[in-house]
Amino acid sequence: MSTDYTSAEMMTVTAARALENGMTCFVGIGLPSEAANLARLTHAPDVVLIYESGTLQTMPEVLPLSIGDGELCESALTTVSVPEMFRYWLQGGHVSVGFLGTAQIDRFANLNTTLIGDYAAPKVRLPGGGGAPEIATCAGEVFVTLKHSKRTFVKDVDFVTTLGFGRDGKGRDGVPNIGKGPTRVITDLCMMRPDPDTKELTVTSLHPGVTKEDVIEATGWEIRFTDALETTPEPYARELEVLRELKERTARHHAGEAPGERS
Amino acid sequence: MAEFLSLHDAVARYVDDGATVCMEGFTHLIPFAAGHEVIRQGKRELTLIRMTPDLIYDQLIGAGCVKKLIFSWGGNPGVGSLHRLRDAVEKGWPHKIEILEHSHAAMACAYEAGAAGLPLAVLRGYVGSDLPKVNDQIKFIDCPFTGEPLAAVPSVRPDVSIVHAQKADRQGNVLVEGIIGVQKEAVLAAKSSIVTVEEVVDDLGVEPNACVIPGWAISAIAVAEQGAYPSYAHGYYPRNNRFYKEWDTIARDRDAFSTWLDENVYNAGGAQQ
Repeated sequence: MSTDYTSAEMMTVTAARALENGMTCFVGIGLPSEAANLARLTHAPDVVLIYESGTLQTMPEVLPLSIGDGELCESALTTVSVPEMFRYWLQGGHVSVGFLGTAQIDRFANLNTTLIGDYAAPKVRLPGGGGAPEIATCAGEVFVTLKHSKRTFVKDVDFVTTLGFGRDGKGRDGVPNIGKGPTRVITDLCMMRPDPDTKELTVTSLHPGVTKEDVIEATGWEIRFTDALETTPEPYARELEVLRELKERTARHHAGEAPGERS
Repeated sequence: MAEFLSLHDAVARYVDDGATVCMEGFTHLIPFAAGHEVIRQGKRELTLIRMTPDLIYDQLIGAGCVKKLIFSWGGNPGVGSLHRLRDAVEKGWPHKIEILEHSHAAMACAYEAGAAGLPLAVLRGYVGSDLPKVNDQIKFIDCPFTGEPLAAVPSVRPDVSIVHAQKADRQGNVLVEGIIGVQKEAVLAAKSSIVTVEEVVDDLGVEPNACVIPGWAISAIAVAEQGAYPSYAHGYYPRNNRFYKEWDTIARDRDAFSTWLDENVYNAGGAQQ
């Protein structure tokens, strides 16, 4: 155990622990990628990581900046075309878990990465769907990780880019060939899971030192807590060591490249 | 049979004002040199298709070449927004552009269907997403055999596709290595195609299952050394992640962008960045 860690590290370690050895994980860029690689470098050496650029079973030494960094291809078992990736490997049912980040999430775990405001006249235009809409429905289940704030945790997302459980929690009911959807949401404050009946996100575990009030304050709806509320286990020293080394290696790697002007 | 042309002549011949153009390359092998040539030649009213618009389309949008954008993820990978795209969508600078957005899965299928000569692509997609509400090119059909509802999107059939690859041999056969994205599909789906390459070699030296596009399926080959820079060419040069980060500052500001465009594209002749 270690008490010397940041809330961001707590989030990454908790997200990493959600991945089990032997899972096949379709990895989103950013926080999910950091967590998935931490899992691979600690308790889940045989976790299979897949990135949408076509890299199958990749084992990067450093975290990629983009979803298609050369590092992902060079350390992969094989690299397939993007249509093959989405059609055979994802839609074909070979992915047990999709690991996603998002800009906004709502109480039914719907994800918005499209825009803030109205579609015709957006206040903020976000990048869009990318792989997420089909990762979230074709993967066996989905983990979501993002920082907790009122801006990101909203009652209803402005736009459902990617299905969680729909506007009413029933969005997956009766749909053939669809995955379980988001089963865990991991933030820097807590872990949430969908209520088994209503599918509303419910806090099941608070990170050490975090209070219910902290979570209520950072959530845009009346957040519920499970009766059997737990405290999330702290990171092990070994997990923190591996994570910090990974991030240091990554920073050195991305800083060490040629400047913007071509020589 | 592919004709070897200069990049200038290839773009002049195959990219018309008002054309539908795909410049593909999934983070890797993005045909920046060709994109800059399109900007220099002042092409206008283009409909651009690309899964990840990336910096290349941010530059084309900011330069005023674009009427409509069809895409599935419009960010600066690992960095944040494409500010020229956002400025065009949010504020109409340098003019309003029309956007049509998909998911990656749908666009990948649409390219594949285009290469297969089909009018549509079918996938298990868009379930519960609001995207079909804002994109009238996404429909749902029932499988005639099982009754399962499936998403359908029109195939991608561009006037011209432009991709970058490592090398061509003297017959114009092209080898693409590394992350191969939808390059092959884009070329086969298009009426015409331009492939820029790092170099022309006597022998491609390929393994039996390598991703090779035969010269007789390509319209023009143009040598563009470092033609994918600041993206990368597997086996030749790495992605310049630092430039991708710097682009955030350059593209945020209209004046900084215009200055960058003058210095690095308009006044850079054929040896542009």
